[in-house]
Amino acid sequence: MAESTVHQSRSRDLDKLLLRPGNLVAPTFEPGAQLRDDLQEYAKILVVGAGGLGCELLKDLALSGFKNLEVIDMDRIEVTNLNRQFLFRLEDVGKPKAEVAARRVMERVSGVNIVPHFCRIEDKDIDFYRDFIIIVLGLDSVEARSYINAVACGFLEYDSDDKPIEETVKPMVDGGTEGFKGHARVIIPGSTPCFECTIWLFPPQVKFPLCTLAETPRTAAHCIEYAHLIKWDEVHSGKTFDPDDPEHMKWVYTEAVKRAELFGIQGVTYSLTQGVVKNIIPAIASTNAIVSAACTLETLKLVSGCSKTLSNYLTYNGVEGLHIKVTEFVKDKDCLVCGPGVLLELDTSVTLQKFIDMLEEHPKLLLSKASVRHQATNLYMQAPQVLEEMTRSNLNLPLFELMGKVPRDIVHVTGTTSRDDKKASCLRKLCLVFKGADAVTDQDMAVGA
Amino acid sequence: MIRLFKVKEKQRELAENANGGVPIKKQTAGELRVNKDISELNLPSSCTMTFPNGKDNLMNFEVSIRPDEGYYLGGTFLFSFQVSPIYPHEAPKVKCKTKVYHPNIDLEGNVCLNILREDWKPVLSINTIIYGLYHLFTEPNWEDPLNHDAAAVLRDNPKMFESNVRRALSGGYVGQTFFQRCI
Repeated sequence: MAESTVHQSRSRDLDKLLLRPGNLVAPTFEPGAQLRDDLQEYAKILVVGAGGLGCELLKDLALSGFKNLEVIDMDRIEVTNLNRQFLFRLEDVGKPKAEVAARRVMERVSGVNIVPHFCRIEDKDIDFYRDFIIIVLGLDSVEARSYINAVACGFLEYDSDDKPIEETVKPMVDGGTEGFKGHARVIIPGSTPCFECTIWLFPPQVKFPLCTLAETPRTAAHCIEYAHLIKWDEVHSGKTFDPDDPEHMKWVYTEAVKRAELFGIQGVTYSLTQGVVKNIIPAIASTNAIVSAACTLETLKLVSGCSKTLSNYLTYNGVEGLHIKVTEFVKDKDCLVCGPGVLLELDTSVTLQKFIDMLEEHPKLLLSKASVRHQATNLYMQAPQVLEEMTRSNLNLPLFELMGKVPRDIVHVTGTTSRDDKKASCLRKLCLVFKGADAVTDQDMAVGA
Repeated sequence: MIRLFKVKEKQRELAENANGGVPIKKQTAGELRVNKDISELNLPSSCTMTFPNGKDNLMNFEVSIRPDEGYYLGGTFLFSFQVSPIYPHEAPKVKCKTKVYHPNIDLEGNVCLNILREDWKPVLSINTIIYGLYHLFTEPNWEDPLNHDAAAVLRDNPKMFESNVRRALSGGYVGQTFFQRCI
């Protein structure tokens, strides 16, 4: 009896959102106890990253009624994490973040099950990611986001009108923080811009000219980068620098101090050395909390349909005063990652050479001198000569066979287009469908039998 | 959306029973862009490329440059390129694998070329970088030195710089440093 009272009180606030109809809800919203129960039973959510944002996300999602969570992170806990990654204690230092975070949240929030994965995101099969209704990202690198984005958008299929097929849409909610600044965004592949559509949003990393480092250092950071990029190789020929090895870091720090003394530069400290080398920006717990709260709320809204979702990019800036803004970015319709690609129907007998000729005459493409790539294989490369020679023999083979006899797949082509007498280089995604490919396979099987 | 997911769950089970599921390596947008850059290369005959990991891995490759004018005429210089998956958001990492007496390349093979670091832009390409490297050999520049000694000699005594370069190229000592023959 006591237990059921507790249970009821925990979902009381959530019930107000999930059990009652509303005017701002998504068209698919069907309020009721069934929805609440489904949310707990079926909504499996992946949290990528168990660091500053990841800890917040796991806690927030668990407290928002989600019961099936998984978390993936390749890092181990460090002492410097403890100020904000509140799920970790001093005795956890050295243990995998994913495992400790999962255990702590499960201890605290009854009924939630969190499966930890202590590995790199690339270590998992693509199908691992297919299992989740939504992927929530609490990452700190462009590379990792780009990878997950490619995986999630890879599931997306379009119908013959270039409309995304709903069952293949794998939404992502992406959070990011840097000091006092943060963002939360909702990526619905095929509908809102994917990570790659707006990659230009990320500012390039500041890099100092090597000759400045070598000759005319002016700042503490110059001295540190000198020790890290130039001096290290000079002294440890062949040994790669490991930013996670404290011995290596100490060596760089000591060398940077010497360099700074030589040029009369102040301010080289061990923590600045770590900051410069690992590109660390001081993390602020409250920024993580704010961004995570926004991400969790969007996740709940996306999964349940209980309200309209963020459209589609929220920026938070607490540096001077406080600014929050939502921008509706637009999708790049030709995006190589989330776009539909140009649909082409082909006979199974078409050779690669014939296909390349067809691209030149295709009214939508007018693409000459095409190089063709299918998945991770270069079927034909126009240049340089060494690659042209290696791929030339493919030209006389049927494309259908070169692509492993699948009835439908994506290829990428690069080449030159001419529009209005102007030539421009381009990279296009094509969706190839082979006419009668299923029949051919059947025939093959019949012959085989 | 949740109802949809229940349907999906069933479909997935069916699909799982149907095929064996061959894991496919995900390609990154960076790989596609490198492919484009490489298929569009327009190099002078003095520059050639090799792909040590075969025709399908274009993220690591080597470029050899054989200047046909200037101080370094006749030498062959090998550069390794390492391209990150977020290319062109980030410049490739380029190292000179041939030990060379050059004001803008140090003895560890670090190269001081602005477009490889502070001036990199995603609109630049592999082609631009190779031309940039070629340019370093035709117009070595003492104002951005990585090899301080070589830069000072070039600035103060170009004749001596020239003879030092010739000695290094044919294999020999310049000061305390030995250079392998690369002609």
